[in-house]
Amino acid sequence: MITGSIAAIGAGLAAIGAGLGIGRIGGSAMDGIARQPEAASKIQTAMLIAAAFVEAVALFAVVVALMGNG
Amino acid sequence: MDCSHVFEFKVKRLIVVFTLFLAFFSMRPAAFAQDHESHAVAEHSAEAKEEKKFDIGKFALHHIADSHSWHVIGHTYISLPVILYTNSGFVNFSSGDFHHDDEAKVVIEQKGQRFVKFHEKIYYASETANDHGQYIALDEKHHALNARPLDLSITKNVCTLFISIIIILAVFLNVANGYKKRKGKSPKGLQSWMEPIILFVRDDIAKPNLGHKYERFMPYLLTVFFFIWFNNMLGLIPFLPGGANLTGNIAVTMILALGTFFLTVFNGNKYYWKHIFAPDVPWWMYIVMVPVEIFGIFTKPIALMIRLFANITAGHILMLSLLCLVFVFNSLAIAPVSIVFAVFIGAIELLVAFIQAFIFTILSALFIGMAIEEHH
Repeated sequence: MITGSIAAIGAGLAAIGAGLGIGRIGGSAMDGIARQPEAASKIQTAMLIAAAFVEAVALFAVVVALMGNG
Repeated sequence: MDCSHVFEFKVKRLIVVFTLFLAFFSMRPAAFAQDHESHAVAEHSAEAKEEKKFDIGKFALHHIADSHSWHVIGHTYISLPVILYTNSGFVNFSSGDFHHDDEAKVVIEQKGQRFVKFHEKIYYASETANDHGQYIALDEKHHALNARPLDLSITKNVCTLFISIIIILAVFLNVANGYKKRKGKSPKGLQSWMEPIILFVRDDIAKPNLGHKYERFMPYLLTVFFFIWFNNMLGLIPFLPGGANLTGNIAVTMILALGTFFLTVFNGNKYYWKHIFAPDVPWWMYIVMVPVEIFGIFTKPIALMIRLFANITAGHILMLSLLCLVFVFNSLAIAPVSIVFAVFIGAIELLVAFIQAFIFTILSALFIGMAIEEHH
């Protein structure tokens, strides 16, 4: 018998989504930097902003999971 | 070279091993029975321990929450003042009067009113104690039902806020004085340490997002950036000056996000508002687009608020959970693993402390930049 909250599954699913998203962003940024090393700093900034947006969605899920748990 | 002592040693070891081997097999069954008994006792005590198992979630949530006393080391606490606005005016006393009670068992009487502390919140005490000796009424989910006075206490987070204000003021007054004294000359000391970071905020955050009007918003962006960064770093220090979870407190991040919200709303030019209320689309699209755009004004700062809060809180929970693995598995063998992981995550958290300050500032600049952008 498994006991506990289903919120953990929600947090896990959110982590999968964010992982896929940030993975794509990071991979594409690597591609971009490899093609144009001189633009590395600009690409990094844009990458961080995009990653922050993706991450925010996952963090919403984590907050909802925490609230559902407590 | 004479190696006989090696063989001698080997022979001695063999003798010991064989003796033990023989001793094991020559034991009487009774000895085994006794062994079984002791096993049973051990299992029984393990079951008893199971009941008061270490609750990692509760522990972590307790440590990231605000509190009325500041834990220093061991059983040493700093008792912070409690300031309440009650039905009969202001009341203040030391949180030490509760004697570390957090289950509403100790009642404090002040100005004819009675208070209890339950889960780091102050409530008006009930007339009589319940079955557990608590002067508070609880519902079936263990949530308190008593009324609460307005709590204006100097809590751990407020105290950290004061400390960080002092640190930030000391650093930046020093830096500003440096610029006043050495006008046009090369920076020196603390000044040369802060200058690249200030220039980073100006050149990589403000200028690309705000255009030529960036100077008006530099004070806000610099304040927000250094406030978040210093407090993130203070939160990572596990002992006294740090340790509080200030930027992981949603009220603090809400005030920071409100700053961005008001700057965006009050500095928005006519193109910004036109974009929201009368975008260049067919009129029947307005039914969908206008509500979505109005909603967007509020979701941007709310996202800022939750991003910072959740990132820092998640970092703190992660660190605590990793260190708590030792107590969860109840073995010392797990300690090296947990410490190595905690140090690793700690190093990542140092990076996160900077990145979150950067993200908050650059997104603020981005939102303000969208509001003040000229039409083209």
